Amino acid sequence: MHVPDGFLDAPTSVATGVVAAAGVAVALRGARRELDDRTAPMAGLVATFVFAGQMINFPVAGGTSGHLLGGALAAVLVGPWTGALCISVVLVVQALLMADGGITALGTNITLMGIVGAGTGWLVFAGLRRLLPRRLSLVAPAAGVAALVSVPAAALAFTLLFAVGGTAPIDTSTVLTAMLGWHTVIGIGEAVITTLVIGTIVTTRPDLVYGARPLLAARELEVRTTAEAAR
Amino acid sequence: MKRNAKFYAGFLLVALLIAGVGSFYASSHPDGLNYVAEQTGFIDQEKASATSDGPFAGYSTRGIDDDRLSGGVAGVVGSLTTLLVGGGLFWVLRRRRTHTTDPA
Repeated sequence: MHVPDGFLDAPTSVATGVVAAAGVAVALRGARRELDDRTAPMAGLVATFVFAGQMINFPVAGGTSGHLLGGALAAVLVGPWTGALCISVVLVVQALLMADGGITALGTNITLMGIVGAGTGWLVFAGLRRLLPRRLSLVAPAAGVAALVSVPAAALAFTLLFAVGGTAPIDTSTVLTAMLGWHTVIGIGEAVITTLVIGTIVTTRPDLVYGARPLLAARELEVRTTAEAAR
Repeated sequence: MKRNAKFYAGFLLVALLIAGVGSFYASSHPDGLNYVAEQTGFIDQEKASATSDGPFAGYSTRGIDDDRLSGGVAGVVGSLTTLLVGGGLFWVLRRRRTHTTDPA
């Protein structure tokens, strides 16, 4: 979903640049609370993994492909603020080194995939965690649902930007239908990848999964009560 | 700490394999946004990026003719750059433990 230069007009690109800069500034403050000696290397690796994962375009129906956006994945693994920064770092490297995503569109891409992608992913995940039974085995499926929602959410955000500042006069409802339709299908791929990756890490090292940590604390507490009762 | 290092090394290896080897097998169809842009008619608005003549532009390495190697090298360089930039940023941002007297 990397927006190239030229899709959006200059005022809209400047506006998304401002939104992205403000978002990154807030995330830099928030990430301090999420990062310590153990989670900082993990966050660097999550960014690396998202960069790599975004290189794998998987085919979807009708000559289209999709690739991981990684916002929900990163948010659940390292926290929402750090997750948004992971995606932003990936987008900067892609724009500068790989010419993937425009330079003037960098703010747009950070807004869409970093802020909307990771933000929506985290909100859906946190909401589900509240509703579902507090079980470690539900972390990966909840992250998958969050991933599924995050992709059409980013597509919707692009459509809104295009409606305001698109450089071609195309009917908004046409763009909206096409964007939402295809990105819901791509979202299924996003959900599969996210569920598999988070499921694997939760199985081996649940303590390294930010979104699983409250459940770990609960589990330890449970073990203690049982041991106490058996005495 | 050793256990962490082992996990981190494995995670990095998986990422590098995906970027360096797996990426060759990726679909070359346009992604969702580009496809929609083609279908609804705004793909021609695209302008070439200012970085489009860089040595790794388009995920291929200039000067390497073999597609597999060219893409693989670009993928590994991009991954390691992301690790360096991201890892560096997160290491600087992290909370330092000031309350502990534990020398470890």
